[in-house]
Amino acid sequence: MTTMTAAGDAAHTRHHWWQHRTLSRFLRHRLAATGLAIILMLTLACLLGPHLLPYDELTVDLRARFSPPLTQDHYLGTDPLGRDIAARLLMAGRISLLVGFSVMLISTVFGTLIGVVAGYFRGWVGSVLMRIVDAFLAFPSIFLVLVLSAFVEPSPFMITVIIALTCWMEIARIVEAEILSLRERDFTIAARLSGASARWIMFRELVPNAMGPIIVAATLTIANAILLEAYISFLGYGIQPPLPSWGNMLNSAQQYLADAPWLAIVPGITITLAVSSFNFIGDGLRDALDSRSNLP
Amino acid sequence: MGRYLIGRLGQSIIVLFLVSLIGFMILNLAPGGPLSQFALTPGMSQADIQRIAAQMGLDRPLIIQYFDWLGRLLVGDWGDSFRDGRPVLEIIIEHLWATLLLMGTSMAVSIVIGIGVGIAGAVRRYSVFDYLATVGAMVALSIPTFWFGLVAIYLFALQLDWLPAGSMTTIGDGSVVDYLRHLILPTLVLSLVNVAIWSRYMRASTLEVLDQDFVRTARAKGLSRYRVLVHHIVRNALLPMITLAGLQLPTILGGALVAETVFTWPGMGRLFLDSIGYSDYPVVMGILMLSAIFVLLGNLLADLLVAITDPRVRLA
Repeated sequence: MTTMTAAGDAAHTRHHWWQHRTLSRFLRHRLAATGLAIILMLTLACLLGPHLLPYDELTVDLRARFSPPLTQDHYLGTDPLGRDIAARLLMAGRISLLVGFSVMLISTVFGTLIGVVAGYFRGWVGSVLMRIVDAFLAFPSIFLVLVLSAFVEPSPFMITVIIALTCWMEIARIVEAEILSLRERDFTIAARLSGASARWIMFRELVPNAMGPIIVAATLTIANAILLEAYISFLGYGIQPPLPSWGNMLNSAQQYLADAPWLAIVPGITITLAVSSFNFIGDGLRDALDSRSNLP
Repeated sequence: MGRYLIGRLGQSIIVLFLVSLIGFMILNLAPGGPLSQFALTPGMSQADIQRIAAQMGLDRPLIIQYFDWLGRLLVGDWGDSFRDGRPVLEIIIEHLWATLLLMGTSMAVSIVIGIGVGIAGAVRRYSVFDYLATVGAMVALSIPTFWFGLVAIYLFALQLDWLPAGSMTTIGDGSVVDYLRHLILPTLVLSLVNVAIWSRYMRASTLEVLDQDFVRTARAKGLSRYRVLVHHIVRNALLPMITLAGLQLPTILGGALVAETVFTWPGMGRLFLDSIGYSDYPVVMGILMLSAIFVLLGNLLADLLVAITDPRVRLA
């Protein structure tokens, strides 16, 4: 704990000094580094890939339907409408990854805001805010997301907002706990005594020092958001066809499981790969940013 | 202990109140609000709908409507299903036991396996087993549950033909063995994530206890390794798991919904999804509220158990 206090106070003056160490510690975490490489490659493939493939994701070719992988130019086969799965997978990746990142941004900003205000003001403001967090946590997130997406027009934007609505509570909790301890530190007291406003102390002093846990939680939120999008799109309430997403590509997979298993295998493995990469990155960041794990 | 419990109970009641507020807001978000069932009825004019709204008291201020709705919720009047006009609570309870059976089995399985793997990983820290368990848990947490279900159906039902692909019984066969055979795959799918979570937490909790002075004392007294492990380490490492069991409830409920959908298991999750499909909002709201209440009660019970078993909480 003492190392953490020292690190926290030193980080307040200038935190560039640990950046190098954090980076090397992160890269030493082999699984996290692999995860980062996979995500970079996947993002690149989703951005460039569709331009390089011979088919686009919407071209229907009923003569070529249910082609297994490696049939002619259909590297990953075709779906029940004869559309190229490789092209759909990469275009779906754009949507699914974008939803994941956007959810992360929205819920991290919102959760941090709630957590900082609750942790800084404490008292009844803090209690009310944290009880609201508890109330949202009481609903299983899939239930909440399904209800809301059934009630609104399920555009990618609305899906993102709805998923973000069920992802901010963890971050708010983590930030509140962190702020509660940071607000008693000397640098906060010094800032308060020198007449800094509450807003200055919250966003210039406290939040920058809570950045480590926030970044870790944000990374894990991406993983969670991609999974949630996949769940609701699989159930038919998420991203709507013809727009492909990793979840809705699995939509018809159960129906054709016996004859065309690749319909299920290809998107499923991609989702697992992407989500586990983000989880490993989050794990590596936790080790790299946590000054308590200084030990080898 | 009394003060702690009263404080905790008060907190739960406030959260429950907020939960009902969120539920009411969602209900009013439904297209057409609580009157959506009439929106598609042919021959129903705008004037008719307004008349019904006035009759049902929907023209009153929202705050009054809310307390009216809450009052009826508290006395067990949860409205009637749009689909067949039966009371919501009756329909939900009909489906509840199938979900509880699935959740109970899965929780038992995942607690036993997860705790075993967690202890083994902590005791043999950094061994090959520990490494595989850690990576395996991380991947298990990343597999979409429904997709794992599809893979399980493909392997065990379609290719190997060992187990049924879905539903709860074979028609015309009501034997216990038949029930059990249908239970295996959904349990497997629902348990995947939970085994991963339980093993991670149990490993961390065991490692924390391993470093403590009383463990060293026990070893120094010359107690056998087995005795130290079971009576000193595991007993203490299990305490935080009680809280975890409470916190995991929403995850398990959500997982049950997915597993029930893939395996056409006739439980509450499937009812929920069907009801959304039929725009049967009273049932949807009923399940949403019931699961939130269930989760809050679970958490309260977990805290109560911790207070009973762990004197540190009681005296704090």
